[in-house]
Amino acid sequence: MRILRDTKLMFVRNMQHTLRNPIFILVSMFQPLLYLFLFMPLLENLGGVPGLPVGKTVETFIPGLLVMLALFGSAFVGFTLIDELRTGVIERFLVTPVTRSSILLGRVLRDAFVLVTQCVLITFVAIPFGLSVNVVGFLLSLILYGLIGITMASMSYSFALIYKSEDNLAPTLNTITLPISLLSGIILPLVLAPIWLQDVAMINPFSYAVNASRALFAGNFYSVDIIEGFGIITLLAIVMFLWSLRSLKKIES
Amino acid sequence: MAEDLIIETKGLRKTFISKTRNGKKELEAVGGVDLAVKKGEIFGFLGPNGAGKSTTQRMLSTLLPPTGGEAKILGYDLAKQQEQIRQNIGYVGQTGGTDPAATGFENLILQAQLYGLDIHTAGKYAREFVERFQMGSFIERQASTYSGGQKRRLDVALGMIHHPKLLLLDEPTSGLDPQSRAYLWDELKKLKAEGITIFLSTHNMDEADKLCDTMAIIDNGKIIVKGTPTELKSAIGADTVVFGFHDGKTASSAENLLAEKIRAERIQTTNNLVHLSIKDGERRMPELLRLLDSNNLEAQNITLSRPSLDDVFLKYTGRSLREDDNQ
Repeated sequence: MRILRDTKLMFVRNMQHTLRNPIFILVSMFQPLLYLFLFMPLLENLGGVPGLPVGKTVETFIPGLLVMLALFGSAFVGFTLIDELRTGVIERFLVTPVTRSSILLGRVLRDAFVLVTQCVLITFVAIPFGLSVNVVGFLLSLILYGLIGITMASMSYSFALIYKSEDNLAPTLNTITLPISLLSGIILPLVLAPIWLQDVAMINPFSYAVNASRALFAGNFYSVDIIEGFGIITLLAIVMFLWSLRSLKKIES
Repeated sequence: MAEDLIIETKGLRKTFISKTRNGKKELEAVGGVDLAVKKGEIFGFLGPNGAGKSTTQRMLSTLLPPTGGEAKILGYDLAKQQEQIRQNIGYVGQTGGTDPAATGFENLILQAQLYGLDIHTAGKYAREFVERFQMGSFIERQASTYSGGQKRRLDVALGMIHHPKLLLLDEPTSGLDPQSRAYLWDELKKLKAEGITIFLSTHNMDEADKLCDTMAIIDNGKIIVKGTPTELKSAIGADTVVFGFHDGKTASSAENLLAEKIRAERIQTTNNLVHLSIKDGERRMPELLRLLDSNNLEAQNITLSRPSLDDVFLKYTGRSLREDDNQ
């Protein structure tokens, strides 16, 4: 099928760009690593409060941290697209018969791939801190992070295609990412929150992703959290991708 | 539609809607353009910046949906057969579209693959263009290191890689040094010799004059005149003869004499120079000289110039394209 071939071409091309400066893969891991080294130890003495079982603080924190990496790690990819809009590269692609969706699919799949790699690395770093992982659950959670990456990257590309300039993109993305990360129980579990805050978090799709991520790490495969998390994020990823595709098709007019 | 027309448009129109504080505002970028580009010619699309050249080209290359009118490209309907059009045309936009982060060769290979060519054919075509455009010395370097001329050569090669029948170029020589410009002109002539139709937009009159078989001048979104450069220039009719005298008094006597005896289109004196617009300037020169001589008005120097495309532009728009250039 043409779309598969085109997507592969675009994916390989974007991977080449990433691998030309592989250092940036590590740069965006810096923030989660700081949380891991400088914040996670604070939680140890909190063990026993609701949502943080004694001796299980690392198992609670790391799945949330990985969701945070997934959110922030791919939220700012729109800047690279603005650059390519400016140099005319995207326009050149659009004049060829290449499938429109593959231009974006090749990008979001690259972003998701980079992200999953980072999640694996962070998890390995966390093992000496006492993290124990259910292997099957962990592998499934990587798919979840990939889907979050596709969601955020697609959103970022949509705004990039609409604004076409960095000036508006940065504040927009910051305005969106901060509340959704605070309202998803990433740093501390939401059971600690007052009822009104828990209610607000209910409308944040990523709070379901964090719950699913924690259930997978713990190996609770019968938890309804997993179905909810995957269902909501998959739907969101599809909606966001279709939005970015629409923005690409409308870009010229 | 006529068999040999590569581009045919009727009333092609583009209106942009911009949102302002006072509500929506419509801006007509292209207001009903009729074009007929014949097979194998270089068609020049001449006009000042903002005249609607780029917008027209972007519509023709499927990048921009027209607001109204119709167009056929290579016989395909622009509204319905975009896929076929994309496969068979090449387009080089004003900014080029070279990916600065990849090498020139990687750029070429990917571009060929996007047109559906397999990797071996892509490689063959890429090497062919590297040789043809003499890019061997820099093609393996990252494109961000290229000079303006090198980048332009790659831009055009990217537009040509799949051997299209029609090449659309949006101001391909703007910003190039004279040497690179001359090089590109030669390449375009060779492409034409191979039977490729070229639709070239430019605001450089020398370029239109030297390269184009047919041209259209566009201003404020409307075509104001069409024809071959020779036709357009001869429609202006008059040549310009300038006589230089050693003082203003002699010049004004000469002006009076010429105004009385010669049927000139226009006569005008600035300082010591008498400008005379006259048909068949070349042929009538001896007569003019005899007239001045017999009245003891000795010209120090004489220049004769044929009408230029700038005169054509001036005639139809009341503005000079060169003035526009300097803005």
